[in-house]
Amino acid sequence: MGILNFILIIGASGVFPGVIIRTKSRLSGRKGPGLFQPLRDVWKLLRKGAVYSQTTSLIFQIAPSIYFASVLMAIAMIPFGSQGGLISFNGDFVFFAYVLALGKFFMIIAALDTGSSFEGMGASREALYSLLAEPAFFILMGSFALLTGHTSFREIFGSLHFGSSISYAIGVLAAFVITLTALIENSRMPIDDPKTHLELTMVHEVMILDNSGFDLGLILQTGHLKFAMYGALIVNFFLTPGSELYYSIGIFIVIQALFAVAIGIIESFMARFRMNHNPQYIFTLTSMSLLIFLGVLLLLGKIV
Amino acid sequence: MPVIILIATFLTASLLILVSGGRWKGYIAMAAVLLNSVMSSAVAIRALAGHTFEEHLYAGPVLGVLTIRADALSAWFILLANFTLLTGIGYGIRYLKPYEGKPAALNGHYICYVLNHVAMLGIFSIQHMLGFLCAWEIMTLTAFLLVIFDHEKMEVVKAGVNFFIQAHLSFTFLTVAVIWVHLHTGSYELAAVSTYFSRAHPALSFLLFLLFFAGFGIKAGFVPFHTWLPYAHPAAPAHISGIMSGVLIKLGIFGILRIILLARGGYLLIGYTILVVSVVSGIYGVIMAIVQHNVKKLLAYHSVENIGIIGIGIGLGCIGLGLKDPVLVFAGFGGALLHTLNHALFKSLLFYAAGTVYQATHTLDIERLGGLVKRLPHTAVLFLVGSLAICGLPPFNGFISEFVIYSGLFHGMAAGGETSMIVLLAALSALALIGGLAMLCFTKAFGIIFLGRERHPLAESPKEVLPQLLPCYGTVALIVAIGLLPQLFLRLAAPAISLFTGGPAAGPPGIQLLSTLQNISICTLCFLLVVLILFLIKRKVASSPAARSSTWGCGYVAPTARLQYTANSFVRPLRKLIRPLLMMNKSEGAIAGIFPGPIHSDTHPYDKLEALLIDRPLRALRRLLGGFHFLQNGSIPAYILYGVGFIAIILLIPIVTDAVTYLFNLFKQV
Repeated sequence: MGILNFILIIGASGVFPGVIIRTKSRLSGRKGPGLFQPLRDVWKLLRKGAVYSQTTSLIFQIAPSIYFASVLMAIAMIPFGSQGGLISFNGDFVFFAYVLALGKFFMIIAALDTGSSFEGMGASREALYSLLAEPAFFILMGSFALLTGHTSFREIFGSLHFGSSISYAIGVLAAFVITLTALIENSRMPIDDPKTHLELTMVHEVMILDNSGFDLGLILQTGHLKFAMYGALIVNFFLTPGSELYYSIGIFIVIQALFAVAIGIIESFMARFRMNHNPQYIFTLTSMSLLIFLGVLLLLGKIV
Repeated sequence: MPVIILIATFLTASLLILVSGGRWKGYIAMAAVLLNSVMSSAVAIRALAGHTFEEHLYAGPVLGVLTIRADALSAWFILLANFTLLTGIGYGIRYLKPYEGKPAALNGHYICYVLNHVAMLGIFSIQHMLGFLCAWEIMTLTAFLLVIFDHEKMEVVKAGVNFFIQAHLSFTFLTVAVIWVHLHTGSYELAAVSTYFSRAHPALSFLLFLLFFAGFGIKAGFVPFHTWLPYAHPAAPAHISGIMSGVLIKLGIFGILRIILLARGGYLLIGYTILVVSVVSGIYGVIMAIVQHNVKKLLAYHSVENIGIIGIGIGLGCIGLGLKDPVLVFAGFGGALLHTLNHALFKSLLFYAAGTVYQATHTLDIERLGGLVKRLPHTAVLFLVGSLAICGLPPFNGFISEFVIYSGLFHGMAAGGETSMIVLLAALSALALIGGLAMLCFTKAFGIIFLGRERHPLAESPKEVLPQLLPCYGTVALIVAIGLLPQLFLRLAAPAISLFTGGPAAGPPGIQLLSTLQNISICTLCFLLVVLILFLIKRKVASSPAARSSTWGCGYVAPTARLQYTANSFVRPLRKLIRPLLMMNKSEGAIAGIFPGPIHSDTHPYDKLEALLIDRPLRALRRLLGGFHFLQNGSIPAYILYGVGFIAIILLIPIVTDAVTYLFNLFKQV
């Protein structure tokens, strides 16, 4: 059954960026490109030849593939309600977080491989932001492990909702944290502006300035996959256990669409933060997840 | 019998090293280490299989009969030490090749190396506390001599003396603890510690534990006892830094584990204490590592961080003992033991790689390096593997031990009460944060040293010698093996862990963890497969040969190597965030005149805790003792007078005491 979820996420990743772009165009009064335009761009890039800088080494050439593989691996672990992902074992979310970190590690050193100061700057920011976001995810998962008494994605989400309405409230909070994490990890709006034209103010875009052809296509597609992956994580907070499959798939599609539209709206109405305000903003994630932890304690009756 | 052979090997090897020619000294030492390793490994493997080795040895009238026993815990550490010392000498022989013209220095170095190995084996197995202290002292002295190999440099001697003093501080703590136990039990056997723990008041036994912890903690490098590490490691030759970080500091971990095995009760308090100290060590170590620009200093601070991670495991295990939760005990001590092995592997590897960089470029300042991946490809690969492993990333070994600790933390949160829940949550987020910080640190280290372009012209073209790096590839093989087949290695450690859990070698918690690790093994293999498939696809799809061009510089066509991002700027955002924790000594020239000339700006990170806890008390002590400076006036008559005065006081003491007693009695009668 795990394969269904995997396919759903891969499918969602094809439309996700299109929905964001469409939302943004509509909100700014334009018609906008077709839903599959980002996918077509990727396809075009995949078949193009590449240009490598003379400064770069092998690291630069292998990094995009490892990055892509790491996200694929992470997606394989995302469950679908009580049905597990392709892979499921105790503590799989630790593997999830660390395999994503592996991909990031390679992207960071690939940026440093070019010897460009712009890319070094982007790499520095990327490393800082991801390290600041790290504890939030672990506190979040720790809280859910505490709430359900399980330590794998499948079991946690399978036994999350046992009728208590507070668990849904916690789910909303958690969805909020995951949304912010997704925005940070994908370098989207209040943290980073993917559409900016100035290298000095970029984070992710400036790291991949020198990538081209197949590699660039992979990197772009990885970004799309990451969106769909976080969307699927959010979906899991709202699936009702034991319900029929068509029902669950419906919820999946609706929530992924809502998530994409929400990102489009955020991008249309918010400006990017000043770079030096970003760490504080990211750190609020940790306090949010601490709030979830307190909620769980309340739910368990550990504190009055 | 093996013990006699160990010592005989050492003596023979010493003789041979002394009489042989420059080229052969290293190989003789290597043969000796190899022989001793084979001997002790055979014993260790038998011990892991359940046959505890025991031997009695008459060691002279003072010590009496020494019991030498190697159980599973000793065995684990013996195997780890053997492997690291073997790779260390294999690498070191080539590293020391330029010094062949100095036979005296080489003699001392190699003899000390072999003796150090024997002393370590003694520490792991001697059950008599005085004998243990003797072995400990031999180990410290030989390590000191190994560190100051390059003793013509002032800073090396200074670092060595720093190590010497702190190591003896550790020795003092241990001696006091041993005397304490002896006073109360009348025995010097290690088992007496256990007797004492079971008899004494909980507060007193905790105090004794703290004494032992301080003693072993200095050796292990827990914050705030870590200050010797960042000096000793850069000063020592690369292979010595490798074995110091890989094995020497683990002696402290071994000691702490041994005392925990002997302790009876009070585990919760012990666990919380170790956990808090470890979390602080972990975070402080990695933060200090991030701001360092000397590779070896950076690696030394990372040892502090990793000792912190090991400590989190130990603390977790102790809390598990306190809560009587076998899963927690297994995951905690299992994670700690595995991480001890893993750290020994990847840290020695990183030090060897750093040593090769130093040999090739004669600098350890990473701001002066860059682009070495093209000149030293093997070293780059080794350093990259080490970096990935130390950041705890799959598919390497660091991930496995961190994963085991993580699973313990998640389990412990659900198992305990409120206190343990909140403490463990803090430890959990700390571990996650440490992982992120380590990633920042090693992307910096690897990226700046090996990638980009050379930041400064080097005097000679850097070269690497492949035979020197062969032992490192052995380490890499083991690192990858643990990463890919973790269940085998956890099973190997299971007998040592079961000493703590008290059950069979791998009880139900162990079996569950083993099956999880099996899953991880499958996952990592899948991951590698996906990467491989992607490479194949890439080769197939992107068939046209890639073009070469210069790096995009926003249209600027004459970029120099100095335009690259520096290590300092790479970590600047973080440095600014955590400024209160740091102490950056900055010196900047002032801009003067209408046409200012070149000015220089220097930034030196300094350890704030060292300034607070060591330098400040030291200054106060110096001021106090400076008050007595007038006594040391250099005139011999004055010194004779002091001597006479001293003798007079000694003679007077009994008379005065008699007088006082007499007076007291008189008062009593009145």
